[in-house]
Amino acid sequence: MSKYEYSWLSAREFKPGREFVSAGSCNLLSAGCDLVDTKKLIKLFSVFFKIGAFTFGGGYAILPVIQREVVDKNSWLTEEEVLDIFAISQSIPGVISINSAIYIGKKVAGIPGAVFSALGMILPSFIVILAIASLIMNLKDNEIVDRFFTGIRASASALILLAAIKMSKTAIREKWGIAVAVVSFILVVFLDVHAIWVIIGGAVCGIAYGLFEKRKRSCK
Amino acid sequence: MLPMIYQELSKFGLTMQEFSDVVAISQMTPGPIAVNAATYIGYKAAGFSGAAFATFGVSLPSFILIMIIASVIVKFKSSNIINSAFKGIRPATVGMIASAVVFFANTSIIDMSLIEQGLGKVFNIGSIMIFVITIAASKLTKLDPISLTLIGGVLGIIFL
Repeated sequence: MSKYEYSWLSAREFKPGREFVSAGSCNLLSAGCDLVDTKKLIKLFSVFFKIGAFTFGGGYAILPVIQREVVDKNSWLTEEEVLDIFAISQSIPGVISINSAIYIGKKVAGIPGAVFSALGMILPSFIVILAIASLIMNLKDNEIVDRFFTGIRASASALILLAAIKMSKTAIREKWGIAVAVVSFILVVFLDVHAIWVIIGGAVCGIAYGLFEKRKRSCK
Repeated sequence: MLPMIYQELSKFGLTMQEFSDVVAISQMTPGPIAVNAATYIGYKAAGFSGAAFATFGVSLPSFILIMIIASVIVKFKSSNIINSAFKGIRPATVGMIASAVVFFANTSIIDMSLIEQGLGKVFNIGSIMIFVITIAASKLTKLDPISLTLIGGVLGIIFL
């Protein structure tokens, strides 16, 4: 546990530095910070290339890897920022993993960052599918492939569970947050409610609680 | 999403058989299913450049939308309403992430379609072991999530 605590702290501490590097005028064309930015872009590309190449099932399967690479290892964003990006990525049209790659890239290194992250995320599947489509590889109805993917799903569910537990520590600060999380879970799992409604519901609860707090304070 | 993809692509002469092949292949290869489908169908329709254009097309809307949303959110960052909205959105997102656990656990750790054969059949002991091993390895070792999932896959080949 102490490992996680430490990395969460260090992500916080590095935040000012990160903002400094990525702030304002730094872009691909300006000579002064060319080196820093190019390095960062290549790093973004390679992180998302790895995610694109090795995460199966899409969507939330990328969350544990994002947490590790973006928050813990590179301290590009805080846990809270990643959580917000996921909330937005799943409530708008498009593919969750591409949406979040673009958003993270944009936050870390502006528009070039978004382009490099998206390319990194897309390229592995592009290459693999091209290979399959042109070679007509027969992956289907293969007993071994089937077992491999059942194993992957089992360990992915474990990793996402750990990611959710870790995220809940930053996301849920008050008791009503637990209720929101539980209700969201039930709505999605048992009633098949679309993400956008869950997000809107959460936002309404948050705003209502904010107003309630303000009123309580002004009454005192 | 899948029915919509099929509906649109049948205009290009995609058959149901081909479509179910694409879906099956997408589930077996890394990466998002929509990108995989776009690449495959683009290639079948117009070769390499078809694949490139289709993939570009499937990701461009995301790009534009995110750019707009990111700049709007930055503008309202200090707004109290947005901040308290996010205080509610964050727990809701955690709830949805937890629901993804159920999504991945279903058909691996548990398989509700087997409930008629008795409660014991629903749980897959091998998968539960992989689940437990993954949690233990993640807590006790420094292995990253990618290696852990691949190990899970290999254990699946051996034990399931």
